[in-house]
Amino acid sequence: MTVVAAAPVRTVAVSLEGLRRHRGDVLATDDVSLEVLAGEVFGLLGPNGAGKTTLVRLLVGVLRPEAGRVSLLGQDVTADPRAASRLLAYLAQDEPALNELPVGLAVETTGRLRGLSRRDARSQTADLLDELGLADVQERPLTKLSGGQRRLAQVAAALIADRPLLVLDEPTTGLDALARRAVWEILRRRRTEAGVTVVLVTHNVVEAEQVLDRVAVLDRGRVIACDTPGRLKALVSNDVRLDLVWRDEPPLGEPAVAALLARSEVDGRRWSARLPAADAREALGRLTAGPALAALDDFTLATPTLEDVYLSLGGRAHDLERS
Amino acid sequence: MSAFLALYVGQVSRARAARGPLLFVATLQSVGILLLLRGVVDEGSDTTAQQVVAGSTVLVVAFVALNLLAQRFGMLRGTGALDYYATLPVSGSLVVLATAASYATFTVPGAVLTAFVGALLYGLPLGHLWILLVVLPLAGASLAGLGACLGLLAPRPELATVAGQLGMSGILFLGIIPEHRMPAVLQVVRAAVPSTYATDAFASSFARHLDVAALLTDVGVCLVVAVLALSLASAAFRRAVRA
Ligand SMILES: Nc1ncnc2c1ncn2[C@@H]1O[C@H](COP(=O)(O)OP(=O)(O)O)[C@@H](O)[C@H]1O
Ligand SMILES: [Mg+2]
Repeated sequence: MTVVAAAPVRTVAVSLEGLRRHRGDVLATDDVSLEVLAGEVFGLLGPNGAGKTTLVRLLVGVLRPEAGRVSLLGQDVTADPRAASRLLAYLAQDEPALNELPVGLAVETTGRLRGLSRRDARSQTADLLDELGLADVQERPLTKLSGGQRRLAQVAAALIADRPLLVLDEPTTGLDALARRAVWEILRRRRTEAGVTVVLVTHNVVEAEQVLDRVAVLDRGRVIACDTPGRLKALVSNDVRLDLVWRDEPPLGEPAVAALLARSEVDGRRWSARLPAADAREALGRLTAGPALAALDDFTLATPTLEDVYLSLGGRAHDLERS
Repeated sequence: MSAFLALYVGQVSRARAARGPLLFVATLQSVGILLLLRGVVDEGSDTTAQQVVAGSTVLVVAFVALNLLAQRFGMLRGTGALDYYATLPVSGSLVVLATAASYATFTVPGAVLTAFVGALLYGLPLGHLWILLVVLPLAGASLAGLGACLGLLAPRPELATVAGQLGMSGILFLGIIPEHRMPAVLQVVRAAVPSTYATDAFASSFARHLDVAALLTDVGVCLVVAVLALSLASAAFRRAVRA
């Protein structure tokens, strides 16, 4: 008799099937199907206007899909969006609802509305504000905080009451590096300690590479790729990115310079080209050997990022953030 | 119930921070009207005096509960802030009721002050002023319900604001001009407008002899309007949060 050990089955936390939705005349969500496993930090990456916000609003049930289905932890919530509100916490890209409340009260009230007792809401609020470095400003209304502090306060409101699913639309946009790391750290801890599932929208490739277990790349309403950041980068692993900054007018008469121009994105004096590694080495060799060197201010050669993945998959926009 | 309290406390706290000056303006406007009209109203014309004082008192309620609440809900809807409530496990009715209740609460000091100043200025008896305590919550609830409807149903936030302001002007006009001096058409309009019943109920609190039947009718109408307006606002809220 053979005993077959059952493979560990991971629960599906979020399942989107064939979602479709217009915003105005734009097809903002175009036949999107995705599965997010329980305990994953899952990302939606894409430039502005790609349809990330529309997709998460369909997910949390504040937009109704024209076609398709949303299931959360096995429950079909398309028909009953109230059910979603008991499973998840949602942080909108702009969150004006709490603006005039003092930080502490905003977080505590949100906790109570998620069903915490007054005492639990108080103690969780105190812990969260400590964790996010907001304890000193808890009496201040959100409108009287810096943009970064306000965002952190909104993140705190999303985190209170330990929802098993967190849906966060650009939680770290506008935060400085330190605060951004604090948020990443909290999300990681929630995941490892409580098995929380996170769906996180970002248009920052560093964030995508550092915190996400898997990422769906969105472009014009469609998912153009979905995998781990590492495997996605392997798609373009033979490529490197060559970035140049010219000090003076680039010497376009040089054949090496002209050839590179043809393959670069140009932004003023900044050129950026994605090339096979061998080509990049050769181009750099010719540039630095010839008279072009005198006009060069700086150059960098970098291994591919998710931005390169996005571009190689046919993405067109150029406003993904690189830091 | 605890969710209601949490919402209510939150609303009161933000209103205290953000709306303080407006509450002052609301009261000042009504007291100003009382002072201005003092010279115009004939000595000894009790019904006119009663109506002017009652109309000014209702105006405070209209300013806060109708006008400011219409603005607030218009803004919540226009900025996408309703998503916050829609993704919490609380019902739309609860959000509407708690918000309306907090705005209605904020009408109390101004309305009481206006009624009191008015009674002194116009030499009206203060014996039945307790009626205010019954009528205020109902007038507050019905006007707040209407304000919430305006805010949630107007196609754009600016229109909600305009509608709230117009509503307030209408209430001022219909509430303060004595009924017996109005043309017949306006008397019909006056009878059709919910604030009239709040005004009349207030007015009876200054009467020397209380007409209990009339008072009960007025209070009853306020109650019915409050229930209808708040139900409609709740439905409008549910519709607005799931676009
Ligand atoms: N309320 C709206 N009315 C009209 N068009 C909208 C609205 N919201 C979003 N869109 C359009 O839908 C598309 C997707 O927008 P969005 O989901 O906000 O993208 P992202 O979050 O990725 O920046 C964009 O083309 C945007 O212009
Ligand atoms: Mg967005």
